[in-house]
Amino acid sequence: MMAEGGMKMGAKQARRGAAQQKLLAFASLIVLVVGFSLASPRFFQIDNIMSILQATSVNGVLAVGVTMIIITGGIDLSIGTLMTFCAVMTGVVLTWMGAPLFLGVVTGLGTGALCGLISGTLVAKAKIPPFIATLGMMLVLKGMSLIVTGTKPIYFNDTEGYTEISQGSLVGLIIPQFPLPNGVLILFVVAGVIAWVLSRTVLGRYTFALGSNEEAVRLSGVNTDRWKMAIYALAGAICGIAGILMSSRLNSAQPSLGLGYELEAIAAVVIGGTSLSGGRGTITGTLIGALIMSVLTNGLRVLSVAPEWQTVVTGIIIIVAVYADQLRRRSAN
Amino acid sequence: MAELVQMEGIDKRFPGVHALKSVSFDLRAGEVHALMGENGAGKSTLMKILSGVYHPDDGRILIDGAEVALPTPRAAQELGIGIIHQELALMRDLTVAQNIFIGREPRLSFGRLDEDRLNADAAAIFTAMHIPMDPRTPVEGLTIARQQMVEIAKALSHRSRVLIMDEPTAALNDAEIAELFTIIRKLKAEGVGIIYISHKMDEIKRISDRVTVMRDGAYVGTVEAADTPISKIISMMVGRELTDEVAAIPDLSGAEIALEVSHLSRGHELKDISFSLKKGEILGFAGLMGAGRTELARAIFGAEPADHCEIRIHGKPVQIRTPADAVREGIGYLSEDRKHFGLALGMDVRANIAMASLPRYADRLGRINEAELGRVAQDYIQTLSIRTPGDAQEVRLLSGGNQQKVVVAKWLLRDCDILIFDEPTRGIDVGAKAEIYRLLNELAASGKAIIVISSELPEVLRLSQRIAVMCEGRLTGILPGGASQEDIMALATKREGMAAE
Repeated sequence: MMAEGGMKMGAKQARRGAAQQKLLAFASLIVLVVGFSLASPRFFQIDNIMSILQATSVNGVLAVGVTMIIITGGIDLSIGTLMTFCAVMTGVVLTWMGAPLFLGVVTGLGTGALCGLISGTLVAKAKIPPFIATLGMMLVLKGMSLIVTGTKPIYFNDTEGYTEISQGSLVGLIIPQFPLPNGVLILFVVAGVIAWVLSRTVLGRYTFALGSNEEAVRLSGVNTDRWKMAIYALAGAICGIAGILMSSRLNSAQPSLGLGYELEAIAAVVIGGTSLSGGRGTITGTLIGALIMSVLTNGLRVLSVAPEWQTVVTGIIIIVAVYADQLRRRSAN
Repeated sequence: MAELVQMEGIDKRFPGVHALKSVSFDLRAGEVHALMGENGAGKSTLMKILSGVYHPDDGRILIDGAEVALPTPRAAQELGIGIIHQELALMRDLTVAQNIFIGREPRLSFGRLDEDRLNADAAAIFTAMHIPMDPRTPVEGLTIARQQMVEIAKALSHRSRVLIMDEPTAALNDAEIAELFTIIRKLKAEGVGIIYISHKMDEIKRISDRVTVMRDGAYVGTVEAADTPISKIISMMVGRELTDEVAAIPDLSGAEIALEVSHLSRGHELKDISFSLKKGEILGFAGLMGAGRTELARAIFGAEPADHCEIRIHGKPVQIRTPADAVREGIGYLSEDRKHFGLALGMDVRANIAMASLPRYADRLGRINEAELGRVAQDYIQTLSIRTPGDAQEVRLLSGGNQQKVVVAKWLLRDCDILIFDEPTRGIDVGAKAEIYRLLNELAASGKAIIVISSELPEVLRLSQRIAVMCEGRLTGILPGGASQEDIMALATKREGMAAE
């Protein structure tokens, strides 16, 4: 069939494959939502939906950032503790030094970009495998957060409007019936911008190209090291955004939080169909993946399933999602 | 003497290639039989059939006069046929003994390994070979030559009576070669038949009893090594056909020099290479496998920078430490391995053509002007007649020849005027080859300076206006276009320190 159909058919199949994969994840999300709605009348309430979205915001932002790195064929295990470290540095600037809000935000983003740049340098220049380099960074940053704060949380009580960053609702001011929390708005904006960067800019094109065939890109005369560092730095800055969202929700920077968030984010990316071997992936997929995870957590809680079981189900979902993707790809070949 | 192995009328076709045309070969016990031919002559295919990797479409194989079937490498092993590949296949982290008996480890009860017997058995083999070697040494720490001894021991541990050695001396120095030859002679004395594949004429004369030459998948002849001059063997390898297609040589005396390379050296691979290339010229690089041509190309391109080198481009001295430097100076490199080094296979034609020039099609924000890029990609698809349903086609779905054109388009878009083609027609079928040749000629006619590295002499002759020949990392000579294949082969086998014939 393939042979006589020729090349044209192959291209169509490939495109259909990518669409199918996203569709599959989206369909699972719908099935989950419908299922929980039928199981419990409390699930499909505007308040509950808003709280699901709010719960997705931090993990979603982290997942969007790490999606880029995973598309290059890399991985970043430090995003969880980096998020915390960014929150801590924001707290230092705002609470301890009493700087104005925007300086705190800049500090958070800057800390993230700088630490991302360090990871990127370790990976690109020192040629340390990304898993190891960012595993090291993960531990370094966890320790740094505890050291800087003396293991105590920093509260943002003196910074007016800090909690509004995530919990206020700009949308609600305009459309009172739809109080979309700012945290969710920020997630959608970040996702939109990164999706645009990936599909429309040079940085995005090289992100996919690095994951597809790094050596061919280098031999095209592209300074692959520099682009890779830029991608890690950008992902780091996005961790800074996640850190600010997180600390805004808690009204504090909790130095002992963070570990484990990287795995949740990577899980969302994987459920969304981004290939861990690089070269393929979408931001919509990642968003759907992150939503599936928080719908699941929320839904099971609404059904009063013990939290221990929620973790088990999440794990199974990851395995099923990747296995379904494997099956699809095998049948495509 | 008894015929240990007889291969008769072996025929093998691959899609699009008639790899072996009714080839015959025989091996006697206790002889070294050299198998020679240019790259692509069919030596490896024949040996893969003898070692059970490929199955012949026709013909029969006899061992000790009895017809045998070799459905798997394992079956060949059990019949006593051992092969030592050019690329050694040892597990670096295991010890010598563990490597020799991999998959056949002696066991104690409960699946425990009998390490003592393992080491004793390995030691016994080395004693029989008269080689001092501790079986407990990790392979990682051994020189290539010692690793080869391990491979030989491994083959002997299967009680091999036939040993196939594919370019065994490619990575060895003279002392190591002498040591290898001592072992080969011992094996001979014990009645082992050895098939020895090599390109090195002097070795063939030193070690082999008979020489069989193959060309274009066909058997040419078998001669006694002792009383056949090297020139005779070369002419058997080269044949006489295909002299009709010789490059037209335009007058380039007035053309400016595009690229000048002086005293390029890197490690042991490249030794003091100097040459120059004019605008509009096609300079062919001939040589046998491992002569250092690809290494030279990668050094000029900065993929693996040279230790020492002066490069002038259009008369201006330049420093090339990375591919980015080379591309900035207008050098494009088209690797023999397009899939690994030339293309992002999962991406579309447009993205691959744009790979080296993206920033030029982006605004200050880094936004790519897709409309403009699409137009440019369409242009190249037309002018190079790349057969693809469109510029959004993933390149992995294109044929080899069209993939090659995509890489060409990538460099043309980047305004590269010095193009290095490494085996431009490898993996490309015959029809598309002619098209690639025409493309190269057109590029040269439009003023591009072109280097073509090719292991196929007819290809070099057909394209090149001058022919540079390399051997073992040195440039052994530059011949005018249309030089005879004999002259080229003589330079390609001219080893350092080898007495003039």
